[in-house]
Amino acid sequence: MFLISCPYCGERDQSEFVSGGEAHIARPKQPTELNDDQWAEYLFMRKNIKGIQFERWNHVHGCRKWFNVARDTSNDKIEKIYKMGEQPPKI
Amino acid sequence: MSKNLRINNKHFVDETRKLSFTFNGKKLYGYKGDTLASALLSNDIHLVGRSFKYHRPRGIMTSGSEEPNAILQIGNDDALTEPNVRATEIELYDGLICNSQNCWPSVKFDIGGINNFLSPLLPAGFYYKTFMWPASFWEKYEYFIRKSAGLGKSPSKQDPDMYDHRYMHCDILIVGGGVSGLMAAKIASDDNKKVLLLEDKELLGGSLIYDDSDISKIDNQKSSEWLKKLIDNIKKNKNITIKTRTSLAAYHNYNFLLARQNLTDHLSVNDRNNKIRQRLYKIRAKKVIISTGAIERPQVFHNNDRPGIMLASAVKKYIDYYGVRCGLENVIFTNNDSAYETALSLHKSGTKLNAIIDIRDNSSSEIVNQVKNLGIQIYWNHTVVDTKGYKRIDKVTVMKLNDKGNDVIGKKIDLNCDCLAISGGWTPMVHLFTQSGGKLRFDNKDNIFVPDKTNLDQLSIGSAKGDFELDDVLKNSIKDTKKFLNIENSNFDKIDVKCSKEKEKKNIWLLPSDRPLSKTKPFLDYQNDSTAKDIKLALREGFKSIEHVKRYTTTGMGTDQGKLANMHALGIVADTTNTNMGDLGTTTFRPPYTPLTFGTIVGRNVGQFFDIFRKTPMHEWHVENNAKFENVGQWKRAWYYPKDGETMHDAVQRESKAARESSGILDASTLGKIDIQGTDANEFLNRVYTNAWSKLQIGKCRYGLMLNEDGMVYDDGVTTRLGENHYLMTTTTGGAANVMSKLEDYLQTEWPELDVFLTSVTDHYATASVCGPNAKKIINKIFKDLDLSDESFPHMSFKEVKLGDINCRVMRISFTGELSYEINVEASYGKYIWEKCIEAGKEFNITPYGTETMHLLRAEKGFIIVGQDTDGTMTPVDLQMDWIISKKKYDFIGKRSLYRSDTVREDRKQLVGLLTDDPNEILEEGAQIVKDENKKPVDMLGHVTSSYFSPTLKKSIALAVLKEGKQLKGQKFLVPMIDKTIKVTVSDTIFLDKENERING
Ligand SMILES: [Zn+2]
Repeated sequence: MFLISCPYCGERDQSEFVSGGEAHIARPKQPTELNDDQWAEYLFMRKNIKGIQFERWNHVHGCRKWFNVARDTSNDKIEKIYKMGEQPPKI
Repeated sequence: MSKNLRINNKHFVDETRKLSFTFNGKKLYGYKGDTLASALLSNDIHLVGRSFKYHRPRGIMTSGSEEPNAILQIGNDDALTEPNVRATEIELYDGLICNSQNCWPSVKFDIGGINNFLSPLLPAGFYYKTFMWPASFWEKYEYFIRKSAGLGKSPSKQDPDMYDHRYMHCDILIVGGGVSGLMAAKIASDDNKKVLLLEDKELLGGSLIYDDSDISKIDNQKSSEWLKKLIDNIKKNKNITIKTRTSLAAYHNYNFLLARQNLTDHLSVNDRNNKIRQRLYKIRAKKVIISTGAIERPQVFHNNDRPGIMLASAVKKYIDYYGVRCGLENVIFTNNDSAYETALSLHKSGTKLNAIIDIRDNSSSEIVNQVKNLGIQIYWNHTVVDTKGYKRIDKVTVMKLNDKGNDVIGKKIDLNCDCLAISGGWTPMVHLFTQSGGKLRFDNKDNIFVPDKTNLDQLSIGSAKGDFELDDVLKNSIKDTKKFLNIENSNFDKIDVKCSKEKEKKNIWLLPSDRPLSKTKPFLDYQNDSTAKDIKLALREGFKSIEHVKRYTTTGMGTDQGKLANMHALGIVADTTNTNMGDLGTTTFRPPYTPLTFGTIVGRNVGQFFDIFRKTPMHEWHVENNAKFENVGQWKRAWYYPKDGETMHDAVQRESKAARESSGILDASTLGKIDIQGTDANEFLNRVYTNAWSKLQIGKCRYGLMLNEDGMVYDDGVTTRLGENHYLMTTTTGGAANVMSKLEDYLQTEWPELDVFLTSVTDHYATASVCGPNAKKIINKIFKDLDLSDESFPHMSFKEVKLGDINCRVMRISFTGELSYEINVEASYGKYIWEKCIEAGKEFNITPYGTETMHLLRAEKGFIIVGQDTDGTMTPVDLQMDWIISKKKYDFIGKRSLYRSDTVREDRKQLVGLLTDDPNEILEEGAQIVKDENKKPVDMLGHVTSSYFSPTLKKSIALAVLKEGKQLKGQKFLVPMIDKTIKVTVSDTIFLDKENERING
């Protein structure tokens, strides 16, 4: 059970949050311009790496804000938490 | 008691409090402070069970949680009985009833014992090899295995006990209240840290507290005296919270730990009433110090499992702590100095010690010299090669080791004994460290795994870290704790420790015998009856990974998780394969380290608290009017209202007829409601729904369909424009929370530029939906001033109206196809408005209907229910709802996916209507649709999603999804059931009122 530091509320138990999968996958602005492969890339393809992974988390039982987390999937250590719209840290 | 096994003048049992207990039907006595094991031993009872596979007699072997044999059934009450309780861990209470569990018909005469003589037929992997085939026989095998294995019986009635959960937070959590843990607690609390100290036993102090010898000293005092003063000091310390009888069950990431405290298990049954039995602590610790100690290893030799063969440290504890002799004729067998402490305890208590067998060449430590001076015979460089005695050891046979230690030489020497105390050195209890993700390092010198790397803020100290001698334990614990806590000085810095033992030991994982290995039984895992032979067989058969060897031989797979066996198993694998033990890797102890009852895990979440449920404001009315309820998400929804013993079918037929012929009323309060405001609210709706919203006027309602980005239908509902920048969206009951989350996600992460605010108002409003040809008359009676004409208040429109002081939002929308009004009021007026409708509708036979009738009425109209007629694989095109996809909009969620190569396939499953050839035959929801039953394998072309008998149409109707269904109208298919095959014809999805005339009354 992680401790997650919500950028708006502070440190809370993991049970207050839900994970929203890989971060920094922007919805294409002009989906109609994309061919099937390009659209599938956005829709289905996720990295699921071992190591530092950038993820979206939502403080669903708190402020309900979405934010980004850089988590090491090999040991669940959270390296960095940053707000939506911010650039991923260099790790 | 014929033998004099109880020694007086001891401190830890209260001889003024005699307790009676029953073991296998026999009434016995012990004292307050005894464990069940010490009480049994004081009654000269060693034999307590039979082994799992060979049914060999087994006795109490240890004094702690590593006990593999003394596993008993406690209690004889159907609700309270508990299997697999370790006699070494349970404190004796007055009236305790216990029975051996792995023997039939009795522990002394066991029919399964014949397996012992058949053991050549029961090698490693026996169960896998024998019971694998034929597969159809498994049920018979299982019965046989379970009956003869008999691992206790579960309680068969509901657990009447109360269990509790509590959260705890601390700066430093210390697990284990032995000397190193206590010192760490003192150092941390002196530095003003909030300390939580857990100890699984009743008393603090670990093994040092009952050390009665003078051989080691702390600050020139007897070490146990020094420790008592430290404990007194700690108990007064306000910074330290102590929980005794509390064992750590699991150590998770981020220093989140679970511990279980026994609160009543040591009390007599009558004293437990209305008390909480066990409490589960959920602990968040900033830092964790593990001081769980070590467990002694047995030695592996032929017939090392007879009752009376015990760990040397256990023999010492039974004497020094409980005042119980485990035998009157003792022999010690060791490979290290620690068993000499047992020798001194035996001597001091006046208990006969016949000899010590030591596989080492010699030792000249102070403690060994003391024993030598007592004139006790020591057989250096000797090993035990055999033991005798069926239900209790009566003899050991000893031989000299050769120079290499891999064979025995010389003459056999027989020694009489009724207790053989064995010591193979010590194993640090690193289970918590490994559970927390820590990596171990193998120490080749001491042949132990010790904590190495961890990502957590934690520290292992004392023998849990691999320090076994008192001077190392104390000095390293102080040094490491100070460093861990960033402390310069402590009160212990000038501590003076005198230790008389040597660290030298000699390690032979499998001791040699005068017989070939195949003719011996050197047990590793006592509980699962696996021997060194089995390990070697597994290796010969090609198993390499230690995890595979463990599973194949079942070594370490019992309820003790192989606490005693694992190191020897590893050692034998390493020796046999010429591998370094460190390269083999070790196995992880899984949580819980010792078994937990389900009651503790569940806590107070039982009965009505098992799961939360939501009730509408009208709930009590439904209860009073005999509603049956169904669970929809967390809601309790009225399902149907049976009258005078009606069946569900009868009630639904009556309710739906009434709704079609006069009037019905439905509690629709559970529908999800989201209040949407902001200057971009209209644009937002355009993006999240498939259809166009730009032209929706204020006061009008529109049905919307919401997709996932993959083009599949996600949710649906009616949204009403309340004002210029104000909408009220409704969602399905079950989907409300997910829709809210999804919309928030898009607003926050994809379209933060939109000026839109979402508020969930599901619980804020109650909704009564009145429908039927007489609905208008009923609404007119309630809202006398409201113009209900079609011109003023047409279908799909909305009016705000007052009833006294109550604000009512009335929507003319319909899910039944009938003329229908939904009255939304603030939740607290929900029951009032409901009763108002019932009263007004009385003359029109207004009939409350539940979700089942609602489902029937909408199915007659071909309206889908998301989640029933869809399953996350249906596009709007599949549902024949092309009309709801806007052609003009550039984008909406899921639009691009509607023309992916997969979604445009013509042969996708599509929504159709089904009519049975026999109109009285009702299809089962979920039933498969096929064309040709005889072609094998049968092609499954689709399935029934909704099915009802329509009283209005007087026939059975169904919705289904069917491959290429759109083009198959009028074609015949088969629905095969277990006892018959039903003939069906594909029809339109709308069964009733295709012209939509009924919505106008
Ligand atoms: Zn928050």
